[in-house]
Amino acid sequence: MPRGVRLHFDHVRDTWVLLAPERAVTLDGIGHAILNEVDGRRNFGDITAALSTKFGAPVEQIAQDSAEFLTALRNRRFLDVTE
Amino acid sequence: MKIPAPIAMLAELTHRCPLSCPYCSNPIEMARQDSELDTQTWARVFDEAARLGVLQLHLSGGEPASRRDLIDLVSAARKAGLYTNLITSGIGLTERRLGDLDKAGLDHIQLSLQGTTPEMADEIGGYKGGYARKMQVAQWIGEIGFPLTLNAVLHRRNLHQLPRAIEMAQEMGARRIEVATVQFHGWALKNRDGLMPTREQAQTASRIVAEARAALKGQLVIDYVPADYHDDFPKRCMGGWGTTGLNVTPDGQVLPCHAAQTIPHLKFDRVHEKSLDDIWYNGSAFNAYRGTDWMQEPCKSCDRRLVDFGGCRCQAMALVGDASATDPVCVKSPHHGALQAQADTHASQTDAQLIYRVSPIQKVEPTS
Repeated sequence: MPRGVRLHFDHVRDTWVLLAPERAVTLDGIGHAILNEVDGRRNFGDITAALSTKFGAPVEQIAQDSAEFLTALRNRRFLDVTE
Repeated sequence: MKIPAPIAMLAELTHRCPLSCPYCSNPIEMARQDSELDTQTWARVFDEAARLGVLQLHLSGGEPASRRDLIDLVSAARKAGLYTNLITSGIGLTERRLGDLDKAGLDHIQLSLQGTTPEMADEIGGYKGGYARKMQVAQWIGEIGFPLTLNAVLHRRNLHQLPRAIEMAQEMGARRIEVATVQFHGWALKNRDGLMPTREQAQTASRIVAEARAALKGQLVIDYVPADYHDDFPKRCMGGWGTTGLNVTPDGQVLPCHAAQTIPHLKFDRVHEKSLDDIWYNGSAFNAYRGTDWMQEPCKSCDRRLVDFGGCRCQAMALVGDASATDPVCVKSPHHGALQAQADTHASQTDAQLIYRVSPIQKVEPTS
């Protein structure tokens, strides 16, 4: 997650939000779970494998959901991919 | 209707500014320096804002760097748990001050751009050397690594510089650019002859933005504020009155939007007298245009009434003389045709001189 983007627990609305330059995005449980795994070190395959184990869901399903979510964040520059 | 908690607060720390932009959105009558809220009061307001549900704090002005206590204000805002965004021209920021803002936890900087050449920028800003200073500040921002949004303010005189502004945002390493066509509020209303874009310019800008968005997807996010007077549907002002954001003036008045003081019958509460929570939920100015009960026709029965809430209340006041009327930008307003003709007339005043505003102080030296 690039500088200026951070997770924040919103006590007033009782939900996790992603704070970014001039934007705040409400996260559902899935979004929060995915972003919790994003650490700037592990690659996409490692992250989806970890989520699959954690939630006992098929890795293909997790990969599809995660890819859509993370691509949307990348397009908004809320997330950068390191080489 | 349940009233949602606000997400964003614009804190106008001061109306003082070294620039004198002819499109300044601050009110004609500016707050004097000796009436500005002190550090402790702002810190209390930031705390109240966070407890009310505000997530994003925009530190603005005037020029917020004109406040000598800017670092302390940023610290207080971060301590309150707010995401802090500094909206600045860059004038008044030194390398050392930027370093201190970094340590204080500033999250993001929005840097304004008056033009892409020194000649244009310094003429519009009315401040010689301002462009060179801004470029220096942009370099320091990049070196520290602050997330940056470039805010290019565009009008008839500089809309041809839009492609270069988009390039500059990338060169500066900005993640976002706001392509903001001038909105005519406050002092800007005096300069419609000098600044109104032509219809062709407005269309060209929309095309350039659409192309750049496609070409730069994932590299540069482009927020676009089109030329309002030439549009057919009004903007959803403030995301809906009293639903999303609030504004605190330098002397502590709490407004539903930054231009709300132009609506003469509204009364504004002050942070000295009531809590922000009380003002947001119970204040008469906030409740004046919430929801749809205040609407007249054609808004009242319109299927877009929850899309744009009838547009901008301050613009209806300024252009039609009735803050409850449909924003005349709307194609359904009986005044729409007249407004479009008026926009074309403003845009054709090619020899109009710019009328500059004079700030409460003329010049601010960078403070260390």
